[in-house]
Amino acid sequence: MTRIVKKRFLNDSIVEVVFDAPDIAKKAMPGQFIIFRVDEEGERIPLTIAGYDREMGTITVIAQTVGYSTKKLAAKEEGEYISDLVGPLGRPSELESNIKVAVIGGGLGCAIAYPQAKALHDMNCEVDIIAGFRSNDLIILEDEMKAVSDKLIICTDDGSNGNKALVTDALKALIENGVKYDLVIAIGPPIMMKFVCLLTKQYNIKTIVSLNPIMIDGTGMCGGCRVTVGGKIKFACVDGPDFDGYEVDFDELMRRNRAYSGDEKKRDEDCKLFQGVDIK
Amino acid sequence: MIDKTKKTPMAQLDPVERSKTFGEVALGYTKEEAMQEAARCLQCKNRTCVSGCPVMVQIPEFLKLITEGKFIEAADKIKETNSLPAVCGRVCPQETQCEGKCVRGIKGESVAIGRLERFAADYAAAHSKPTEKKTAPANAKKVAVVGSGPAGLSCAGELAKRGYSVTVFEAFHKSGGVLVYGIPEFRLPKEIVKREIAGLEANGVEIRTNAVIGRTFLVDELFEDGYEAVFIGSGAGLPNFMGIEGEALVGVYSANEYLTRVNLMKAYDNSYVTPIRKSKSVAVIGGGNVAMDAARCAKRLGAENVYIIYRRSEEEMPARREEVEHAKEEGIIFKLLCNPNRFVGNEKGELIAVDCVEMELGEPDASGRRRPVEKADSEFRLDIDTAVIAVGTTPNPLIRSTTEGLDTNKRGCIVVAEGTTKTSRENVFAGGDVVTGAATVILAMGAGRDSAAEIDEMLKAK
Repeated sequence: MTRIVKKRFLNDSIVEVVFDAPDIAKKAMPGQFIIFRVDEEGERIPLTIAGYDREMGTITVIAQTVGYSTKKLAAKEEGEYISDLVGPLGRPSELESNIKVAVIGGGLGCAIAYPQAKALHDMNCEVDIIAGFRSNDLIILEDEMKAVSDKLIICTDDGSNGNKALVTDALKALIENGVKYDLVIAIGPPIMMKFVCLLTKQYNIKTIVSLNPIMIDGTGMCGGCRVTVGGKIKFACVDGPDFDGYEVDFDELMRRNRAYSGDEKKRDEDCKLFQGVDIK
Repeated sequence: MIDKTKKTPMAQLDPVERSKTFGEVALGYTKEEAMQEAARCLQCKNRTCVSGCPVMVQIPEFLKLITEGKFIEAADKIKETNSLPAVCGRVCPQETQCEGKCVRGIKGESVAIGRLERFAADYAAAHSKPTEKKTAPANAKKVAVVGSGPAGLSCAGELAKRGYSVTVFEAFHKSGGVLVYGIPEFRLPKEIVKREIAGLEANGVEIRTNAVIGRTFLVDELFEDGYEAVFIGSGAGLPNFMGIEGEALVGVYSANEYLTRVNLMKAYDNSYVTPIRKSKSVAVIGGGNVAMDAARCAKRLGAENVYIIYRRSEEEMPARREEVEHAKEEGIIFKLLCNPNRFVGNEKGELIAVDCVEMELGEPDASGRRRPVEKADSEFRLDIDTAVIAVGTTPNPLIRSTTEGLDTNKRGCIVVAEGTTKTSRENVFAGGDVVTGAATVILAMGAGRDSAAEIDEMLKAK
């Protein structure tokens, strides 16, 4: 059992949860993730470690409330418990110091991009962050991202924050204006990461992506999270989740991520738990 | 009239009925049946059956106690050398172990030792009082066990008996290893595994779930935390894929993923949330117990057609005889001497068929088995929507890649000194599938038991 120390909503559908998890906090590095199981009936769901406090013995995750487990997690109060928490899993991101980096986050991906940007910032890198959201009311972590970046550009799909653009447009504009990046890190929906890679390839800028396939165990024993990288099968949970973006077969990843979308939708309709319940 | 040359039959669920539920297939002996069967034992002096058991259960002794109606005493006799008798009685391949050596087997059927072991363990569990929880003395030496599968549990149980303070580290949220995620409910009910593990905990074994060695803690850190010896029993859990076209299509599973979703996450039960593919036609690739388990699970999940695709003939199948028979009774279709060449998908990236080729057996290979070779112009297509790949597993690289100086061989198995469980690292021992590659439950338990004796000897000398 793992205790929830703190919980707050970052917007209507994104929740930040701080867990009491000293063993994980002691080891966690940027780029790593945890797997949680909310209750006895629950699934094992992976979430990136968005922050950790080694002294307090806590870790922070940020989740979008999209299904059974994330909704039930969001409905828990501070001081309550979830059944299981395991981590840190995956390989830590390999980060270099003293370089110029563009960190691109898409939606919830910003929760994963932020700890990487912070780590790079702390390692003396010059960090520009481009964060994309569907609309103004979905923006998360603006102050946090601002604090660790030299430049923060927030784009919205509908222009409701005054900057209607795709993250790729913003990145392209910076590069065309002569900004020289040593590295691009892109984290968000696979379709966004795919288009960032197609763009950066034109300029030959090394691009790292953090993949989000379906996972069960997260320790390399099932291959549910397998992705094709450079023509070879890799397990994202142990070989990743970070990979060279040019090598990733994004179309395959997108197809595999839809494998159970029918079940999830049906379950949401069936699930009486959330009918008429305002989880916020 | 009782035919003394035959085993006393054991009641089983009807094949058609059972292929729709996950309830246990074999129902176990009654008291009378058990006493009748145990009386078939000739109480031989040279006890060949015992030599066939990897943990040397005192077979004639416990069978005699059953004939006398002393069922709890019989279970205690078994437990002297076997920490998980209700499990072993159910899943051991007895035909190649104890029962394979039984003298009765020469002129008829051997004594049903497995069924009787199971009977005694189940009877004792149902009729004896729960024991008070023991804890190791405060000054007891600490030993860490990595993995809560059969090897780890057996090692931990033995060490606790010898007075050590034992902690088992398990990566999953439930302990039992392959007993909980791999072997299905209809062969080994999870309540039985839970009961056996609770027995070990009552004897002082502490189990820490959600602890991944190589990530949450490193082997070297266990020594810093005061553990004086480490036993690695982390198994062979990394699935092999075949490297053929279409393996990333939606609907292609490793057997580990398929079985983990079904057994550990209970995807077959609607009150649990983990999903599994609703299949009409399923092909399972492989001929071992894992393949049989996956195929029989697929049938129970409602698939109409379930195929086993195996590249050799039935004679070479490594699966237990009884499981092959059960699979056939339940309507699994065997495509023998047949090998998949590619998986075929539709425009949405979903599996729709598998292209196979027929095989014939050529000359024996290094393993002594006749090597299958492709028949010319024999390719055919099988329409399927789900494929489960059960062509073997190897040890997970997490521990070897994070533990310096721990020697492994080219298959990724931990190397131990000949005839021992000692690894290349001081005070680090290993046993079970992580050393041998995928093998049997009882061999892993035997290795765990041997290792406990070696650890005890080493720590006493310290």
